[in-house]
Amino acid sequence: MSGEWPLWEIFIRGQHGLNHRHVGSLHAPDAEMAVKHARDVYTRRNEGVSIWVVRSAAITASSPSEKGPLFEPSNSKVYRHPTFFDIPEDVGKM
Amino acid sequence: MEAVVDLDAALFEGLCRLGDSTLVLGHRVSEWCGHAPVLEEDIALANMALDLIGQTQLWLGLAGEVEGKGRDADALAFRRDVWEFRNLLLVERPNGDFGQTLMRQFLFDAWHQPMLKALEGSNDARIAEIAAKAGREVAYHLERSADLVIRLGDGTEESHKRMQTALDKLWPYTGEMLTSDETDRALAEAGIMAAPDSIRPTWESLVGEVLDEATLTAPEGAYLHKGGKQGTHSEHLGHMLATMQWLQRAYPDATW
Repeated sequence: MSGEWPLWEIFIRGQHGLNHRHVGSLHAPDAEMAVKHARDVYTRRNEGVSIWVVRSAAITASSPSEKGPLFEPSNSKVYRHPTFFDIPEDVGKM
Repeated sequence: MEAVVDLDAALFEGLCRLGDSTLVLGHRVSEWCGHAPVLEEDIALANMALDLIGQTQLWLGLAGEVEGKGRDADALAFRRDVWEFRNLLLVERPNGDFGQTLMRQFLFDAWHQPMLKALEGSNDARIAEIAAKAGREVAYHLERSADLVIRLGDGTEESHKRMQTALDKLWPYTGEMLTSDETDRALAEAGIMAAPDSIRPTWESLVGEVLDEATLTAPEGAYLHKGGKQGTHSEHLGHMLATMQWLQRAYPDATW
């Protein structure tokens, strides 16, 4: 039976967090039920104040086989990290 | 002076009616744990069962306090026999199929939610407080059960048939929660609890609306069973209690 239901990816915004974070996936017949299921499955311990659901099929993912060309070039470019500035004392922790 | 004593006895009775109904339904729903048709429903049902058991602790805890004989919620739940239980007959009905469980839940939730709403206005602050806390949980129970009854009633031919069968089976057990007896009336007159018959208009319009949308038809002129809240139960409750209470019966005062 559950095989007939599409898969949904669940994003939850935590009590204190700013962004919705991916927490997992579940099966549901439609978006409304996916929200209800997400509430029951992923917010039992007071984890969230907002839920997003999206059909897993609607997500386009990068291909693992392209990992090299996609990500490796940035490995050698340390200057992209903002670590070359002197931060004044009174700014405090960044 | 005598009236005060009577009112305390009525209050104990009234609190047991609430607490026993949530206890028995909570236990019934928990029987699905590990058996629901899909994982997501399994968790949803377990959540709801835990909500109901949590509410039971509050209602029966207060009942024990009011009674003043040193019985706490556990003593009331695990050390009373079937004729001392005051739950509605509806909630002790066996789970049946998933449709029957859902229909039972909806018919109860449609009463439970407005009842708690009314109890929030109790002049007993302890009752108002419990009702407010439970009300937030039950609002979701009702939203969920109403939605599923509509989806399955107005679903496939098979799901419609099962929901209609469930409704026909359970309808005769809905009269009791909407009818007041002497205890109910005494508590209502004292402003402590809402009279069950005052919930009837809300229940009827809510249930009517949902059943319409679910394309289901309530049976007409069905015989309405009563007696649960006075302690006259069907044979099903004894079996349920045997399962629920066996550990405390076999090993009294056993703890983790």
